[in-house]
Amino acid sequence: MSLFFLASKLSLANQGSDRSRIAKGKNAAVRFTPITHSCMHAIEIQGFSKNYAVGFWKKQLQPALRSLNLTVEAGETFGFLGPNGAGKTTTLKLLLGITFPTAGSAKILGKDFRDPEVKSRIGFLPEQPYFYDYLSAPELLDYYAQLSGVPAAGRAQRIQELLQRVGLGDVRNKHLRKFSKGMLQRVGIAQAIVHDPEVIFLDEPMSGLDPLGRHEVRELIQGLKDAGRTIFFSTHILSDAEALCDRVAVIHKGELRGVGVVNDLRSSSADKVEVIWQGAKALPALAGHVPESHVTGDTVRATISAEDLDLVLEKLRQERARLTSVTPLRGTLEEYFLAKTSGTGEERA
Amino acid sequence: MTSRLAAITLNTFREAIRDRVLYNLILFVLLLVASAPLFGAISIDIERLVLVNLSLTSISLFGVIIAIFIGTGLVSKEIEKKTLYTILSRPVRRWEFILGKYFGLLLTLVVNTGLMTLGFYAALLITTHKLTPADARLLVAVYFIILQFLIVTAITLLFSSFSTPIFSAVFSFALFVIGTFAEDLRSFAAMTPGPAGWLATVAGYAVPNFASLNVISQVAHDQPVSGSLIAFNTLYALLYSAAVTAGAVLIFERRNLK
Repeated sequence: MSLFFLASKLSLANQGSDRSRIAKGKNAAVRFTPITHSCMHAIEIQGFSKNYAVGFWKKQLQPALRSLNLTVEAGETFGFLGPNGAGKTTTLKLLLGITFPTAGSAKILGKDFRDPEVKSRIGFLPEQPYFYDYLSAPELLDYYAQLSGVPAAGRAQRIQELLQRVGLGDVRNKHLRKFSKGMLQRVGIAQAIVHDPEVIFLDEPMSGLDPLGRHEVRELIQGLKDAGRTIFFSTHILSDAEALCDRVAVIHKGELRGVGVVNDLRSSSADKVEVIWQGAKALPALAGHVPESHVTGDTVRATISAEDLDLVLEKLRQERARLTSVTPLRGTLEEYFLAKTSGTGEERA
Repeated sequence: MTSRLAAITLNTFREAIRDRVLYNLILFVLLLVASAPLFGAISIDIERLVLVNLSLTSISLFGVIIAIFIGTGLVSKEIEKKTLYTILSRPVRRWEFILGKYFGLLLTLVVNTGLMTLGFYAALLITTHKLTPADARLLVAVYFIILQFLIVTAITLLFSSFSTPIFSAVFSFALFVIGTFAEDLRSFAAMTPGPAGWLATVAGYAVPNFASLNVISQVAHDQPVSGSLIAFNTLYALLYSAAVTAGAVLIFERRNLK
């Protein structure tokens, strides 16, 4: 017990400097332009398909994405979920013009996704980002700001504010090759928003980060969400999606398997009820309707199907058991995700 | 457009500088200057000739090696490390990226050549004890070397836009060697009848003519270079490099990046 206490104290002491740095960063104000959403849909994807030519002669076609239709509303945080190799990054690369679709089209902020004007209004953080490691963080951000058309006036100040915001205000001229993975991820987010974009694409933003790093990035995303930005992020870490997203889509083997509001998906994914009562003698009378139960003394805690609730309550009344509580159980996003990714694809939403 | 092009150009230049490539060249210049007095000792009366030939050939070869060494990784490294994703997701056209890379590498080579030329003139001063107006003529050879770089950089970028760094380096260097013997190839074509002759003619005119851009021996012997040759070579290098860069842009515009 004392060893555990000591370890906890040491751990907290080590994290102390990081936490104070983050707190300091959070106090720094980064100006985001107030957004008036001129169009309902921030992103509209219609029939995106992508086949990659494989094999020695490149004659064999391997589908990476099959006729994807998806709409993301302006101002919402949208999670794009799927296991590795599901087609998440391919979708992002198509939207950003890094690779070209075999079929289909898309609109971002109401305009064709290939329109250069659109690209000045979007930001992108690639998965496990690598940046020019011979540059310092301010140099890197200045380079990207120039490419995004940020005017020279006020650029240096904005970069400094951004670095403060992501907790890198004190790195100054240190080259990126000396940065840790968490620091690189923070620089990555800073470069994605250096030009104050309206739509931000994040590819696995929490990938490879420790719990503290994940917390920081989650806070940054929450901050962007609060500032009215549309955030489209791909992830396979479901707890992050659950905590941040308004809506999610599940993609598997290049096919969209489901899309909807997080709360709805969670409640619809498991329609079970937990019933607790006093009177263990009543349990045999419920045989066949109580698949899972725990008995402690005279108290029974049972998980039943919502469909059987009326019948179970009636039986309990007949057996004169004393009802303590009835609680609907909500499914987790993980259950929904597993249900959508373990099938053959015939149960597509 | 201009600011994006300038930003990519300067970043490419900054990468080359910070990649410590220039340090090797500074070492080369220092070695050249330090060894200058030796030329007098080993080559009586022709020390200037030996120094000019050796130095200008070295400047040319070093530049070509650097152009190929850096140029082959210009595009492929950005794809491999995915830094290109953060570029193309911005309002940067693919042709702007290719042109920015081209000008960035060219700027690196011009700065390198400038530094090495300064070292060369220092060595010349040490060897001959004075600089004459005739020595200014040597700058024409240096200018032609820069024209060579215009073409080599474009060729390297062309191969880099679709091939791996190793293949790009091999193809680029092979084309440089063939181009050095372009005049011989044309002479061979003139003497050869039939399809082989036609093929050699096409190859002779398609490969870059580096032979006509090499006047090192001429200036080393104090022979003048005509104004028309300077004008022709300038036009040739500009057109050839523009055509090859356009090819690189066309390929890169259509390239799916994985």
